[in-house]
Amino acid sequence: MSTYTLNVNGKDRAVEVEADTPLLWALRDTLGLVGTKFGCGLGQCGACTIHLDGVATRACVLPVAAIGRQKITTIEGLDAKHQHPLQRAWQELDVPQCGYCQSGQIMSACSLLKQHPKPTDAQIDDAMAGNLCRCATYMRIRKGIHRAAEIAASEGKQA
Amino acid sequence: MSQAPASLSRRSFLRNSAGGALLIGMSAQGVLAAGARAASPAPGFVPNAFIRIARDGSVTLTSKQPEIGQGIKTSLPMVIAEELDVDWHHVRVVQGDLNLEAYGSQGAGGSNSTPNNYENFRRLGATARAVLVQAAAQTWRVAPGECTTDGGAVLHAASKRRLAYGALVDAAARLPLPEAATVALKNPASFKLLGKRIGGVDNPAIVSGQPLFGIDIQLPGMLHAQYIKCPVPGGSPLSANLDEVRALPGVRDAFIVKGTANLNGLRPGVAIVATSTWNAIRARRALKVEWDDGPGAKHSWADFTAQARKISRQPGTTMLRRDGNVDVALTGAAKTVEAAYSYPFISHASMEPQNCTAWIKPDGALELWAPTQNPNAGQALVSDTCGIAKEKITMHIIRSGGGFGRRLSSDFIVEATAIAQQMKDKAPVKLTWTREDDLQHDHFRPGGFHFLRGGVDAQGRAVAWHNHFVTFANRVSQDGKTSLRNGSGGSLSPDEFPGRWLANCQLEQTALECSVPMGPWRAPGSCVFAWVFHSFIDELAHAAGRDPLAFRLELLGDQDLMPPTVERGQPYNVARMRAVLQTAAAKAGWGKRKFARGQGQGIAFHFSHRGYVAQVAEVTVSQDGQVKVDRVVVASDVGPTIINLSGAENQVEGSVIDGLSTLMFPALDIENGRIVQSNFHDYQLLRIGDAPAQIEMHFVKSDQPVTGLGEPPLPPLAPAVCNAIFAATGKRVRELPLSKVDLSWS
Repeated sequence: MSTYTLNVNGKDRAVEVEADTPLLWALRDTLGLVGTKFGCGLGQCGACTIHLDGVATRACVLPVAAIGRQKITTIEGLDAKHQHPLQRAWQELDVPQCGYCQSGQIMSACSLLKQHPKPTDAQIDDAMAGNLCRCATYMRIRKGIHRAAEIAASEGKQA
Repeated sequence: MSQAPASLSRRSFLRNSAGGALLIGMSAQGVLAAGARAASPAPGFVPNAFIRIARDGSVTLTSKQPEIGQGIKTSLPMVIAEELDVDWHHVRVVQGDLNLEAYGSQGAGGSNSTPNNYENFRRLGATARAVLVQAAAQTWRVAPGECTTDGGAVLHAASKRRLAYGALVDAAARLPLPEAATVALKNPASFKLLGKRIGGVDNPAIVSGQPLFGIDIQLPGMLHAQYIKCPVPGGSPLSANLDEVRALPGVRDAFIVKGTANLNGLRPGVAIVATSTWNAIRARRALKVEWDDGPGAKHSWADFTAQARKISRQPGTTMLRRDGNVDVALTGAAKTVEAAYSYPFISHASMEPQNCTAWIKPDGALELWAPTQNPNAGQALVSDTCGIAKEKITMHIIRSGGGFGRRLSSDFIVEATAIAQQMKDKAPVKLTWTREDDLQHDHFRPGGFHFLRGGVDAQGRAVAWHNHFVTFANRVSQDGKTSLRNGSGGSLSPDEFPGRWLANCQLEQTALECSVPMGPWRAPGSCVFAWVFHSFIDELAHAAGRDPLAFRLELLGDQDLMPPTVERGQPYNVARMRAVLQTAAAKAGWGKRKFARGQGQGIAFHFSHRGYVAQVAEVTVSQDGQVKVDRVVVASDVGPTIINLSGAENQVEGSVIDGLSTLMFPALDIENGRIVQSNFHDYQLLRIGDAPAQIEMHFVKSDQPVTGLGEPPLPPLAPAVCNAIFAATGKRVRELPLSKVDLSWS
């Protein structure tokens, strides 16, 4: 076991784990940040999406030893008051069904909006292709991203 | 699962509320504080196990049903809130634990939660409201009939007085409860909340990543388990390198669990218990097990297919229906069609893999945190298998990351318990299945084969229908005897449409024995029968040169109600089906639009789980055979009231896309008794780019009981899309999934 200092949601956190431990399990089991979900363990479903230096990344295939000083953002730290335009849009449009994949969906959508503040449906479909939703809330995910873009634009902020 | 909440009477209320404190209905995180809460009950009006109104006017409603994404934790409390007449934003909803005595039935299956509880829940709210009105009337010394309620307050218009519920709770708590049956319910026309779009009560926690799901449970000192079963269901471990595994980092223990022969129960396996999920997963990679594969190892999908084809030429082992004489009718028919349809085994693949946390206390009591659809069955299986008395089992029902029928089974619950029983230091254990476990050890939707013959007469009317359905069965032991039991959804009802409608109809069934565990998958039976039968009806319509809608309307006939012909069968309300069919067709512009080659419309309908649904799908098939669903028009009749319009629309959209996903992609191969696919790379599900461009929903209101919507909108999707593909390309899809079918055209 080794101790790694991870920068999670703006704070340095020490985790004592084996070097091959995926970030997903360090977040969930060691730090108690369970918003990042386990879906496949292969980077196939996107339920574990977090940001690494602002870039959407699959935490289930990212060993803790490979992270270094890169900044980790999880769903819990996306916005201090959980009022990110995507979080508001998701509630306004009642996007979730079971809700399990939605933290990953929101983290991927956030990356998309940074690149394309006003995305087209095609850009959404492209950017969100790595995030499965078994309940198939895809119609509302599309709407939710458009709505978040609208909220961000109306407030003159970047989503 | 249809018993009423037992809590409407004053007597049971007193029994359940144990001196004023509601002992049930707390979150997993609150469980440890239960004792403290019981000792100092908060003041308030607690008319039954579902409602608590505090002095500050806040309303706490308990949701008794498991929440699996169907929205029941929001919709049933809305029913209470409507009749109680409180503002929704003053309501807090908490999840109840398993407690049948307090709550009545607690299971999420068969789209039953709504129909089985809707009227009772109205009465729960109305009864509490009546007491609050009486309390206000006594305070003001006026007749209760002069008082009205609105937004959590009683009003007396004549004297312009108003008392908030919070100010009435002490007076109300002293009054007797009226008989629920005597309490007046609202006129649905005056509903303020029901029919509106209300967001899910857990949405704030979902979008901010708060602990919510079974897999999120964390307890002090908790250990993490993996459970490794034989790749061939029915097999068991002979030996394993347990000493080597025990020496790996973070591993606390590794042991063989003997298990039982029940394919849906505690299957034999090897448990690894470690200090973290990853330590357990890593250790499992070093595990070497010698398995006794058992008799299931000889099975393969290719072999099942060959057997089914052979059987199709023989009489079925069960004659389900034999009306008239299909052979004579087919001989006399103007046109006949013969076709074989088949579909594979598939998995539920809920996004949250199966998991459960179990804690055996020093006194032998068991506490369970289970993302389950069927807590009562889980408790019973654990009790029977692990020898723990039911009254020593506390079952917390935790939100599930998807259900689709998978969590009606309780294998993961009994596994977690069996592992926890081995913990020498009485540590709580969370068992987490990997995706590979989840996909390869599901209780699968059975595959099936239908060998159909049909005929139409010179006027283009359907005159004969013959189906030999080859399905799957497991061998089960009961009372020392073994017998074959068909998989869930693997039995055809003699009354399934168009049985009952045709003078010459013969339905036969034969089951192939297999060791693949099977279980209910969203709209069991219906999810595949609708595809087969409405595809074949389409084949007959085209053979007759008829419009597929007109052909179907004629087939449904003029009779408004078709009585059942089997014991415990259901009447089929033809008038309701006709209405949704005509609505879907009209809204989609059926027959009024011209489509270019490669584009087309298809239509289908299906009755299941008390709901009547018709759909029209519009597709574009590219010349190289890629299918895009452009639009789906859905007409549903689930009664006069839609409880939560947002939730209902979610269920329809979700069902449509789930239906489409299942049509297009997933299939499991079986080789040497093993499931070949292992994760989402080789078990594909629909992703956002393949979702339809547009789904249009219409709710047809009928004067019938309010019923559920988690399943009925799924079955018609697949045949509607396949019928549209035929219209677009002339190609008939008779084998699933679509991704394996060549749909190219020139």
